[in-house]
Amino acid sequence: MTGPDVHRALSRIAHEIVEKNHGSDDLVIVGLQRGGVWIAEALATKISQIEPELVVPLGVIDVSMHRDDIDLRPASQVAISHIPCDITDTTVVLVDDVLFTGRTVRAALEGLNSFGRPKCVQLAVLVDRGHRELPIRPDFVGKNLPTKNSDDVLVSVDGVTVTAGEGK
Amino acid sequence: MKHIRSISEIGKAGVLAIVERAKQMSEINSRPVPKVPALRGKTVVSLFLEDSTRTRLSFETAAKRLSAETMNFSVSTSSVNKGESLRDTIETISDMGVDAFVVRHKSSGIPWQIEQWTDASIINAGDGAHQHPTQALVDCFTVSEAFGVDSFEGLTISIVGDIRHSRVARSNVEAFAMLGAKVIIVAPSTLLPPDVGHWPVTISNDIDDVIGTTDILYMLRLQSERMDQGLIPNLSEYGNRFGLSEKRVSQLPLNARIMHPGPMNRGVEMQVDPSHLSQSLIHRQVANGVSVRMAVLFTALTLNDDRDHAIQGLTKEAAQ
Amino acid sequence: MSVVFRGGNIVTNEGVVHADLVVQGGQISEIGSGLAAKEVVDISGLTVFPGFVDLHAHLREPGREDTETIETGSRAGAKGGYTAVIAMPNTNPAQDNVPTIEFVRLQGQRAGLLEVIPSGCITMGREGKALAPMAELAKVGVKLFTDDGSGVQDPLLMRRAMEYSKELNVVLGQHCEVSSLTQGAVMHECGCSSDLGVPGWPSIAEELMVHRDIELARLTGARIHFLHLSTAGSVKLVRQAKLDGLPVTAEVTPHHLSLTAELLRGFDATFKVNPPLRTISDIDALKAGVLDGTIDAIATDHAPHARRDKELPLDQAPPGMLGLETALGVTCAALDLDPLAIAQVMSVAPARIAGIADRQGNLPRVGVAANLCFVDLNATWMINPETMASKSSTEIWSCVMVRR
Repeated sequence: MTGPDVHRALSRIAHEIVEKNHGSDDLVIVGLQRGGVWIAEALATKISQIEPELVVPLGVIDVSMHRDDIDLRPASQVAISHIPCDITDTTVVLVDDVLFTGRTVRAALEGLNSFGRPKCVQLAVLVDRGHRELPIRPDFVGKNLPTKNSDDVLVSVDGVTVTAGEGK
Repeated sequence: MKHIRSISEIGKAGVLAIVERAKQMSEINSRPVPKVPALRGKTVVSLFLEDSTRTRLSFETAAKRLSAETMNFSVSTSSVNKGESLRDTIETISDMGVDAFVVRHKSSGIPWQIEQWTDASIINAGDGAHQHPTQALVDCFTVSEAFGVDSFEGLTISIVGDIRHSRVARSNVEAFAMLGAKVIIVAPSTLLPPDVGHWPVTISNDIDDVIGTTDILYMLRLQSERMDQGLIPNLSEYGNRFGLSEKRVSQLPLNARIMHPGPMNRGVEMQVDPSHLSQSLIHRQVANGVSVRMAVLFTALTLNDDRDHAIQGLTKEAAQ
Repeated sequence: MSVVFRGGNIVTNEGVVHADLVVQGGQISEIGSGLAAKEVVDISGLTVFPGFVDLHAHLREPGREDTETIETGSRAGAKGGYTAVIAMPNTNPAQDNVPTIEFVRLQGQRAGLLEVIPSGCITMGREGKALAPMAELAKVGVKLFTDDGSGVQDPLLMRRAMEYSKELNVVLGQHCEVSSLTQGAVMHECGCSSDLGVPGWPSIAEELMVHRDIELARLTGARIHFLHLSTAGSVKLVRQAKLDGLPVTAEVTPHHLSLTAELLRGFDATFKVNPPLRTISDIDALKAGVLDGTIDAIATDHAPHARRDKELPLDQAPPGMLGLETALGVTCAALDLDPLAIAQVMSVAPARIAGIADRQGNLPRVGVAANLCFVDLNATWMINPETMASKSSTEIWSCVMVRR
């Protein structure tokens, strides 16, 4: 994906989010630290351009404390969660850059629990690269990118690149 | 970092990493449900062979918020305090499967002595007059939070009181100096350790010399036994020479702060009630205790990699 | 029965001589070349010393046989080249009465490995309050009196002890420690003790008593022997006292010649000892003292403790280190001594101080009692706690590679 491709995909996703949720006012956008943060910000901006009366709260969530592999990998750098409102009875749209095994999203779902009980949680990702290890599926996808398990996928506002790697 | 026993052993990078991690823990503590599964399946045993309710509860809460299992041995019976069965106690508990010991003992050195009897992480909650690293970490976090800085360059911190018998003083001198502060220790000569020429401090025997220029006034508790040991003539003379009076509070610089590790000996070193003082950080020290101890437990019980600090922005890859 | 020891290097008054040596009837009967006897022992490569004499060992019997017995202690001593050991009197019951003295001597004879010579207490029960019956004990052969484990705190009592003992032709040994200055002390008072937050044992606590007893010796003319000197200041005081011609002698332990207080940073109670390990400059002064004769003798202060006691927290663990088996090796690792000097500090001088020079501590020559030890001066060995003879082998020395 090129830079412009990313831009267009985000615009489309923003429209899809608004459409699926019937322009409702109980949306909360939550970006996953770290890769999903800039995308969540971009989506929130675009949504406010599409529906100017809609004020969508924007939050970030750090899932490092909820990972299921804390014993297997060194602890990640410190990142903070911040959700500016009560998420109980809201529709939370979790945002991440790449959906891979699904474990990060599972951790994020658990993390949300300590903030409240959303009415509904949806998932928006820029890239779905396959190789799911858990029954997690995205509601909004920028692009489906078949990859090998050992590939490295890098996402930024300038584009998406896939390089052959040595494995996880 | 498997063991958290002394500030020098933790090192500057370790201190900074734990203070940084504590920010994350602080946020978790502000959530409606302040609990994460990070230490699920781990067992943390408190072995408090010297009384302390506050520190023990602080650790226990910290462990529970990280979903660890906790076990409690606050044995103050003399036989275990004499160390008669300390080895047996440690080995027996270790056989039951424990990931970390949080130990407080009135003898210096216990956290190092018990290392040979267990594979668990050892966290020092205070050994004799030697070290109290988690208190120093709480204090560094509190200063960092209050002054909005990561480095203490340019800050003057004066520690006043019975330095000689204080593990808090020893840990704090090391930690504050490590982070760049100018550290002054203030005490009568009899309450200073015999040989501190090599400590990274300036020495003063007069609190009034520092009161007008210090950024932080850190008061230590004076135990009344010191009077019986011939170290000071009486409590009232000590209080007059080194106590925090109304007058001294008024002489503090504008943005100076007051700290105390607790518990306070009112009327001796504290002659004012600090809860009324806007300069007091004492309530923050208490409030930060759980967050910092969560960071300590997390650091000791999860895989650590020295590269962590060097890695800039862990890739999304690793986070998935 | 006679034995010839062939091919050894014998430390004699005339220097080290390569010769054969014959022992007959417990005495040296001949020294020369090409000698013969009923039994032949080849000792080529070994050096023959007068058997070493330890002025200062704690054999723990009666009272703490779980940590050491006179037999196991004798074995350790024999392995260390000792043919005589002065047994310290802080036993239980204390060696302040004739029956206990006789018991200790008898146990030594039963073990049959070396001569165990009981010392006596200066004060009853070592309590520092009333004099022990020194004349009675001297009558049964006690030549050295000490309250070791503690010093005699009361200057008046010490003066009386010195005056009383003077006519008995015995020597008083002092463990110099002003106890009010060392309450709760765990290690030498220094930067390290300040860092660790433990009470320290300042050098002055030893030096004050050394000074006091030197002056009391000057006043009374009694012989005083200073046990386990540990500070540079003490060496200086004793040096001056000798220059003044006073009847003063002194000993030092191998560990005080080699180890410093820094070892306590690991909180290992193995290194907790009384007087404590001190600093490099103290070590340098003590070494100089041995070399210039200010310090007369090496004495081990062999002090066994049960492993579980040494595993107590540092402030609770009892002080004491082993020494009998390793004394020669550690001393020679610390100091460069020629064979004659070794014989002097490990055998000749201690025997003289202990009053046993009639049979111990004599350089090999015809007619003297055959108390000898045979040493390979070129061997190096690692000390292994597993193979040591003392009952209480703790791991002090396991990292030290020693010669001989």
